[in-house]
Amino acid sequence: MNLDFSRISSYSPLFVKGTVTTLELTLFSVVLGIMIGLIVALLKMSSFKPVSIIGHVYVELIRGTPLLVQLYIVYYGLPQLIGQDIPSFPAAVAALSVNSGAYVAEIIRAGIQAVDYGQMEAARSLGMSYGLAMRFVIIPQAIKNILPALGNEFVALLKESAAVSVISMSDLMRQADIIRAATYTAFEPLIVVALIYFTMTYIFSSFQRVLERRLKASDSR
Amino acid sequence: MIHVKDLHKNFGKLHVLKGINAEVKKGEVVVIIGPSGSGKSTFLRCINLLEYPTSGEIYIEGELINRKTDENKIRQKIGMVFQHFNLFNNLNVINNITLAPMKVKGLSKDIAEDIASELLKKVGLEDKAYAYPAQLSGGQRQRAAICRALAMQPDIMLFDEPTSALDPEMVKEVLMTMEGLAEEGMTMVVVTHEMGFAREVGDRIIFMDEGQILEESTPDLFFSHPENNRAKEFLSKVLY
Ligand SMILES: Nc1ncnc2c1ncn2[C@@H]1O[C@H](COP(=O)(O)OP(=O)(O)OP(=O)(O)O)[C@@H](O)[C@H]1O
Ligand SMILES: [Mg+2]
Repeated sequence: MNLDFSRISSYSPLFVKGTVTTLELTLFSVVLGIMIGLIVALLKMSSFKPVSIIGHVYVELIRGTPLLVQLYIVYYGLPQLIGQDIPSFPAAVAALSVNSGAYVAEIIRAGIQAVDYGQMEAARSLGMSYGLAMRFVIIPQAIKNILPALGNEFVALLKESAAVSVISMSDLMRQADIIRAATYTAFEPLIVVALIYFTMTYIFSSFQRVLERRLKASDSR
Repeated sequence: MIHVKDLHKNFGKLHVLKGINAEVKKGEVVVIIGPSGSGKSTFLRCINLLEYPTSGEIYIEGELINRKTDENKIRQKIGMVFQHFNLFNNLNVINNITLAPMKVKGLSKDIAEDIASELLKKVGLEDKAYAYPAQLSGGQRQRAAICRALAMQPDIMLFDEPTSALDPEMVKEVLMTMEGLAEEGMTMVVVTHEMGFAREVGDRIIFMDEGQILEESTPDLFFSHPENNRAKEFLSKVLY
């Protein structure tokens, strides 16, 4: 066994750059994903059948196909349709957020439906409209279900985002490839990259556990 | 006050209400009793349009209510108390009570809180104004829920088994709150299995089974000389 991390030490700026790119990518995609998810959740919960079917189909299609295929469709497929190349960063954000949106939609829908139906009935029985009831009674309770699950989604997306290296995004995963090609060492850069991913997800997960405990505490006030 | 004509309700193929005719006068306390699944809740829920009748007519204060009615307007006149309280878990007691008066009626926070404090005092919960539902006993929750409904200053109050989810020692405090309300002249429709309450506080008993009203009379008559066979059978089961 000959492990020698000194061979890759001069490449540390690349790891930093990759980490920043991965974080940027994840952050953008999660924010967009939440917006998409919110809209899709509303579509899905619509009492108007054709609208709810659109939401349903979106969620099923996205969750039923690999992220890698979705990335290729956006990066290689779409340019053929619109006759123009799409730079890798927007392509990656588009694919990741469209993908994440489907999962977020389910998180939001489940969070809202987990609120006891009696809460809505009580609000309506007082003469409150559906909108008022949602805003002041249902959503505040649903948020407690939704936030922790959104944290999970962020961590999941952070890891999944490694797939974008195949469309020549210079994210963290891609840096490992670059360093491997330049130094003819594979194990060391991959271990470093794995450690960086792990550190990031560990920090976010711990942060999320604290948040979750706070939310729980405020429940039994 | 409430006038119901030939009310039918279907849930898909299930025919739950099969032609209900009933009238509730102003200030009257009508108690509905009957076996489980006989349609008592469904009947109550049709009155405030939580369910829409399949056919038939319901008049509230002379006004026909149906799908064209502004349901939120009608519901402001009709308070409802649920078996499982359904207090808003995200709000403390006072905010539970003031939410609808402020958001629906547009009352100021000060006025809404005055009304709420007054009501809480009446049911003996003034020291729980800032407690959250999770911190209250069942009986306290139900009394708070009654205050929440009353804060909209309804003309009619509907109660759907308000004490069925309570531990025995808490039943009385809720029934006494309801009795107080009846004495103040509130028009009430109460679904309950509390026969003592039905007898003492009710002005009229309606016995329902399988989606129909089988007997309707005063408490004295109903409990001493029930006429309908199924009412007799029901009473023999519930009266010890
Ligand atoms: N939303 C609904 N969809 C389908 N069926 C329903 C619905 N609500 C009630 N039912 C059915 O209608 C019938 C009457 O129900 P309802 O709740 O009115 O009875 P109830 O007299 O209040 O009984 P209980 O004493 O158990 O509360 C039952 O068979 C019930 O299963
Ligand atoms: Mg019932």
